[in-house]
Amino acid sequence: MVKVTIDGIEIEVAEGTTILNAARQIGGDVVPPAMCYYTSLKDSGGKCRVCLVKVTHTSTKDPRPMPKLVASCRTNVMDGMVIQNITSPEVLEARKGVVEFLLINHPLDCPICDQAGECDLQNLAYEHGVAKTRYEEERRTFEKIDIGDKIKLHMTRCILCYRCTFVADQLTDNRVHGILGRGDTSEISTYIQKAVDNDFSGNMIDVCPVGALTDNTFRFKSRVWFTKPLDAHRNCDKCCGKVVLFTKGDEVLRVSARKDKYAEVTEYICNECRYDHKRLSDWVIEGPRHIDRNSVISQNHYEKIDLLKLKQEIERQIDFEKGKQLPEPNQSLTA
Amino acid sequence: MLTNRSKLVVKKEMTFWEKIYLPAIFSGIGITIKHLFKKSATVRYPEQTREVSEIWRGQHVLKRDEKGAERCTACGLCAVACPAEAITMVAAERKKGEEKLYREEKYASTYEINMLRCIFCGLCEEACPKEAIFLTDRLVSTDYGRDGFIYGKDKLVESVDNRIDVSKRQTPAVLQFKKIKLFSHNK
Repeated sequence: MVKVTIDGIEIEVAEGTTILNAARQIGGDVVPPAMCYYTSLKDSGGKCRVCLVKVTHTSTKDPRPMPKLVASCRTNVMDGMVIQNITSPEVLEARKGVVEFLLINHPLDCPICDQAGECDLQNLAYEHGVAKTRYEEERRTFEKIDIGDKIKLHMTRCILCYRCTFVADQLTDNRVHGILGRGDTSEISTYIQKAVDNDFSGNMIDVCPVGALTDNTFRFKSRVWFTKPLDAHRNCDKCCGKVVLFTKGDEVLRVSARKDKYAEVTEYICNECRYDHKRLSDWVIEGPRHIDRNSVISQNHYEKIDLLKLKQEIERQIDFEKGKQLPEPNQSLTA
Repeated sequence: MLTNRSKLVVKKEMTFWEKIYLPAIFSGIGITIKHLFKKSATVRYPEQTREVSEIWRGQHVLKRDEKGAERCTACGLCAVACPAEAITMVAAERKKGEEKLYREEKYASTYEINMLRCIFCGLCEEACPKEAIFLTDRLVSTDYGRDGFIYGKDKLVESVDNRIDVSKRQTPAVLQFKKIKLFSHNK
């Protein structure tokens, strides 16, 4: 066990833990955002650079700070390490810059995109980004590609996190899609648009942090905040069968795997569950899915609140805020 | 007598003048006659209309762009912003050859506002990222049934030849306000 300090909060974690996972063990606001790191996918991480943190104390043996900001998803903790995330203005500024970079070639077509409302990039830009774009050059554009008949690839929206290629590599038996080209011209493609047809290919949709890979069967059916997410399961011999149904009335519009609070799939589901069972009677409904109340999906959804838990959460927030400066007043209200 | 607030009702014997009721009747007629010479409070709608503000919030319009294509892309932000839940829509994908009809690759195949639910607050107009929906100074007309108040695209989308002017609602000050409001969370 090693002892680390993140934003003044001390925690003991197992040796070999990354900074990101140590922060996730603390939870709350000190967790750096992650666009490419995915716990269940081996070798993921280190690509998007939004999880940058500052290490002011490398270890008890070597108290020097690390020369530059490090990607927390790829850096292991050492005993006595002191890390600054949101308490360091340098980190916040760098993260703002990274978000700007990620958005350089992004088309910002959220009103059209099916991912809007549950998009990691949208949330990230909302929390950290700058509102104005300084980019005047032409953005790269690609034609839309159908990967098989069930997955739509909008390469224009892709941020090249490589998560989908890891899914193809690690979950399905023979990978037929990968990244072609280098640098600015790199793009996700299947060889000669070869259809991806193995049982777990649909999980690419769930791991995609943006709207680059979307479910073709759900395409433009409904905005996600007009659907009612339900936890459900069925007996499936290929996968765990535990899913979320996005329903509207008696209609199942979309089936997806369950995601945790870091928007990571806990248990992957097979294509049969995802595409072929679009009737409520196919599923055993467990109940409404808990949606974070900050999410737009929680709009007009009512669920029983655990008041005690809410109180604890608010008290935790207040304690946390005490150490922080108050945010600047909203200018549109005072001016 | 639990609360000590009850009052005893006294039935007072009326005097002679009160009993004949005539003074009360004449004073009532007096009030009526006085109002005959006052300015009338009503207007003779629809020949006559009341003066309204330039940015009066009346019946909605779905705008087309300069080329006549529908601006609305069925993003659903107006419906989620609507406090009365009056707006519903169904999205569809634009097909090849329909580029002149719809501006974006997705459009609203049906778009309905229930004018009985609508409270004309203007939040849909504020939420719209495509400058597609605006409230206008037109009044919603009356009807005998409830069905007539569910306005579909036939009533909401402006016709190509007969554009509805919303420039009064889009002054530089308004646009600036919208801009600051949009991004105030980034400070």
